[in-house]
Amino acid sequence: MKDLKGYKPVIGMEIHVQLATKSKMFGPAPMNPDEKDPNVNIDEIVTGEPGTLPVINKEAVRLGVMVGLALHGRIDEYSKFDRKHYFYPDLPKGYQISQYDEPIMQEGYVEIILNGEVKKVLLQRAHLEEDAGKNIHPEGLDYSLVNYNRAGAPLLEMVTHPVIESAEEARLFLQELQNIVRYVGASSADMEKGSMRCEPSISVRKPGQEGLPPYKVEVKNINSFKFVEQAINYEIERQIGILEEGGTPKQVTMGWNEKLNQTVEQRSKEEANDYRYFPEPDLPILHFTPEYLDDLRQRLPELPAAKRVRFKQEYALGDADIENLIAWKDLNYYFEDVVSELKAWIEADSGQKIEGAVDESTAKLIKQAANWCLQDFSALLNAEHINPTDSRITPENFAEMIKLIDQGQISSSAAKQVFKIMFEKGGEPKSIVQDLGLVQVSDEGAITAAIDKVITANEKAVTDYKAGQEKSFGFLVGMVMKEMKGQGNPQVVNELLRKKLA
Amino acid sequence: MLTPEEVKKIAVLARIELSDAEIAKYGKDLDAVLDYVAELQQVNTDGLEIVSQVTGLENVMRLDAPELNEIQQEIMANAPAIKDGYYKVKAIL
Amino acid sequence: MPEDLAKLDLSELRQALDEKQVSSVELTTHFLDGIKKLNPELNAFITITEDQAMASAKDADNFIAGEGQNFPLTGIPYAAKDLFLTKGILTTAASKILENYIAPYNSTVITKLMAQKSVLLGKTNLDQFAHGSSGETSAYGPTKNPWDKTRMSGGSSSGSAASVSAGIAPWALATETGGSIRQPASLTGVSGWKPTYGRVSRYGVISMCSSTDSPGAMARSVKDLAMIAEVISGQDPKDSTTGEHEVPAYSKQLSTDVKGLKIGVPKQYFLDGMEDGVKQKVMDAITELEKQGAQLFSVDMPNTKYGSLVYAIVCPSEVSSNLARYDGIRYGHTTKEGKDLLDVYMKSRAEGFGDEAKRRIMTGTYVLSAGYYDAYYKKAQRVRRLIMNEFEEVFKTVDVLLCPSSPNVALTLGNAANDPLFGYIADQLNIPASLAGLPALSVPCGFSMPKDGMAPSMDGLPVGLQIIGPQWGEQKVFNVGYAYQQISDWHKKRPQI
Ligand SMILES: [Mg+2]
Ligand SMILES: [Zn+2]
Repeated sequence: MKDLKGYKPVIGMEIHVQLATKSKMFGPAPMNPDEKDPNVNIDEIVTGEPGTLPVINKEAVRLGVMVGLALHGRIDEYSKFDRKHYFYPDLPKGYQISQYDEPIMQEGYVEIILNGEVKKVLLQRAHLEEDAGKNIHPEGLDYSLVNYNRAGAPLLEMVTHPVIESAEEARLFLQELQNIVRYVGASSADMEKGSMRCEPSISVRKPGQEGLPPYKVEVKNINSFKFVEQAINYEIERQIGILEEGGTPKQVTMGWNEKLNQTVEQRSKEEANDYRYFPEPDLPILHFTPEYLDDLRQRLPELPAAKRVRFKQEYALGDADIENLIAWKDLNYYFEDVVSELKAWIEADSGQKIEGAVDESTAKLIKQAANWCLQDFSALLNAEHINPTDSRITPENFAEMIKLIDQGQISSSAAKQVFKIMFEKGGEPKSIVQDLGLVQVSDEGAITAAIDKVITANEKAVTDYKAGQEKSFGFLVGMVMKEMKGQGNPQVVNELLRKKLA
Repeated sequence: MLTPEEVKKIAVLARIELSDAEIAKYGKDLDAVLDYVAELQQVNTDGLEIVSQVTGLENVMRLDAPELNEIQQEIMANAPAIKDGYYKVKAIL
Repeated sequence: MPEDLAKLDLSELRQALDEKQVSSVELTTHFLDGIKKLNPELNAFITITEDQAMASAKDADNFIAGEGQNFPLTGIPYAAKDLFLTKGILTTAASKILENYIAPYNSTVITKLMAQKSVLLGKTNLDQFAHGSSGETSAYGPTKNPWDKTRMSGGSSSGSAASVSAGIAPWALATETGGSIRQPASLTGVSGWKPTYGRVSRYGVISMCSSTDSPGAMARSVKDLAMIAEVISGQDPKDSTTGEHEVPAYSKQLSTDVKGLKIGVPKQYFLDGMEDGVKQKVMDAITELEKQGAQLFSVDMPNTKYGSLVYAIVCPSEVSSNLARYDGIRYGHTTKEGKDLLDVYMKSRAEGFGDEAKRRIMTGTYVLSAGYYDAYYKKAQRVRRLIMNEFEEVFKTVDVLLCPSSPNVALTLGNAANDPLFGYIADQLNIPASLAGLPALSVPCGFSMPKDGMAPSMDGLPVGLQIIGPQWGEQKVFNVGYAYQQISDWHKKRPQI
């Protein structure tokens, strides 16, 4: 990071996530974010036909409150919807149903680890609202096109206080927020697909300046964490440049241009927004009873922060492995299933229940499982663009394979082969190993028989070895393995051969 | 008294083009309404909740069950301009 | 078809249809003929749905000929204010901005009537977007009063009132926001029901002021209204503001017994400036009920006067919001002159909206805008609480409130704007109950000479008695109205046309 010469960035974030419901926020039209044809998921409510009325999607409210709880926020007893007015072709009713002064959550936070220390990024609020449609601007033409498929989709908007101080912090915050939202099951929170959108507001404090700067620059249209970082860094540098020359950056809305690698002014706000909020008369208020909130609190899944601690304390996994396992929620749950299988096996063997931190040998197994999850398994899943839950490998079979490796029944190179077959065709690792003849033979009788055969057939090599030629030993091992069709346990073969030749 | 500039600003906010004569007319009407309702400011409303609903209803929600009313054609038949299945508007700047 | 069949009330029509004395096709033809004959003069209908009506009537006759039990309104024709969306049929709100709008879906109330195999005759005229109480803001010209065609039918439900009054529809759907059923019912001598807010679904009814809009009906008698209420009321999953209260068999529970009924007569509803004849007729009606055993109480409702002030803020606020969707992009009028997008918005809306709609949009936009919201909107909604509380208090001691529905009989067309009391006092009588979401009726209670002394007959023009009940107190107001119509026959008087 560049030296900022005493200038201090002040960054706030507005994040929208599309809630994972089956129907829209205020009507039954289906949610289908992957729909390619325009204006298909529309009905009279979506396009704001005269006479239509909104009805609140109960599941959207539940998901919003769950996120609010996961963000440690205050959920007031009452919450209401308001109308926010502005004219834009993608906004069918001329107003968006949103929440103004009684949002579902206020004053929450997200914990991140910044430079080895825990920092709380404070959130002002989270509120429910409906999405707008999408405008398309064909290049060089004098018209735009509007698709209302997305209109009315349920959104949760979260707004931070202006407490973020760097691009890196912004990225860490967004990643953790994404984790939380995903673990709650509230959203796919995919930046590329637009189910998570973030708009940083960036300004810079001059050296010694107190309070907030007299301007801020909002950046829109950012569709990856990488670009968030780049856009913020670009803005910080640009704004410091202006401040150093004694100017004040203009209060504008910028867009991130991926090709130019810079922010580009979208429109200056010459017509100040005046949204004319007022309570939505078509929707009765929301009343959250203590029972409702308690119930949801109880249903909150284990969140990333708690998982991190547990993975470290119980499984003794390293930080990098933990982060990687947390970043992919489905893989995480899958991994946990594999671990349960492994634990069950060990418990059955030892007759003792495993509680709390696992012992060293179990930790080794779990580490092995983590490696397989993050390496071979991830690679195969990514190549097929599928999720762990959609793969043919059951956690049980996955654990079984780890066990076979641990017991020395297959070599790790054979295991890779087996795993690939499990992934492609399914099936139990044991029978695949057998079908392919990949069982590793450790039986001393069988190995001794092979050794005897090889010694008889290769007198010269035996003599050479005895005369001190070490490389002849390697040749003999190779011949034994060949005799055993590669299935001999190399360790045992080595051991017995030395003994025989001594 | 609202100035013509103020009235014009409201008209733009409301997206209604007004002639100068109309600006004068609606400005006058608006002044009259504001005079008329001024009396409300004298009413003691301490401790009174605002009414945005007279029903007293709470938590009226629907289950998240998707259902598509197959009236896309009827809906789009009313559009002034459609292109390739999209609503067509003057370029959005 | 015997001519006097058309004069029968709904339960008699039901009987005639059930007993096959008349078919729905005959009935429908009769009313369509009447409409075709009288509408050019009355301008009560914007759209006459002749083909659909005949098809519905045939369908109804088949149904009646079949095995199953007929519904209360099967085969019976009706008219609908052109604010109700009717799939495949032009729905204009009497505005230019919806001059070409073919509704893509049916309002819930229309769906209910279709399920009964009722027969829609057409869409009735109204004040544009229901903004007005004279019928004169319609982009399709004013509706004339069947009692005197130089006069207004009131509004905003002008066409529904006129069509029932003229006998060219046995009943009509209408809507209330701040008097739009009670006042025109009064001016045309028909019975009108403004339901409790949330009693009848607003889904598919073009919104005016969402927090007071109440779809209701006009008919020839309170008994008819009670029968209609049973059909069109009820919770609607598509309208979150409808209550879960069950729909009683209103028409079967009607009672003529008013002994011990406590009638409140609020002095704030009998004001200077009202026509003396109107006051007199209303007081006479109240006295009639007293003679039947009802008890009268003079009640004091000092917050009444704030009703129209609150409404002057709340209504335009909600109107400015509800009319934001008319932008010429998805439906409705779009300008041919737009240079750019902003220009298209500005011109489409300027060309499409009438004067009154623009006035309300401007007012609403202003009072909701930054810096004024607290002083106007919030303040008004707090005063509204005061008004609601006052009603609640009053209904602890009385069963219903009785007062005039309108301060005057029908004015001549073109005179509403020049009559300063027309708006203000009329609002005073109607708006408080609207703001509080209460049920009310207007029932004919006599005739009175207009101020200008010019009436087609020496009797004068119709006067309406207003009956206001507590929230969800539909049965109470129906009972009082019904009892009154058992001892009077004003509701049976029809204009000579
Ligand atoms: Mg926002
Ligand atoms: Zn938002």
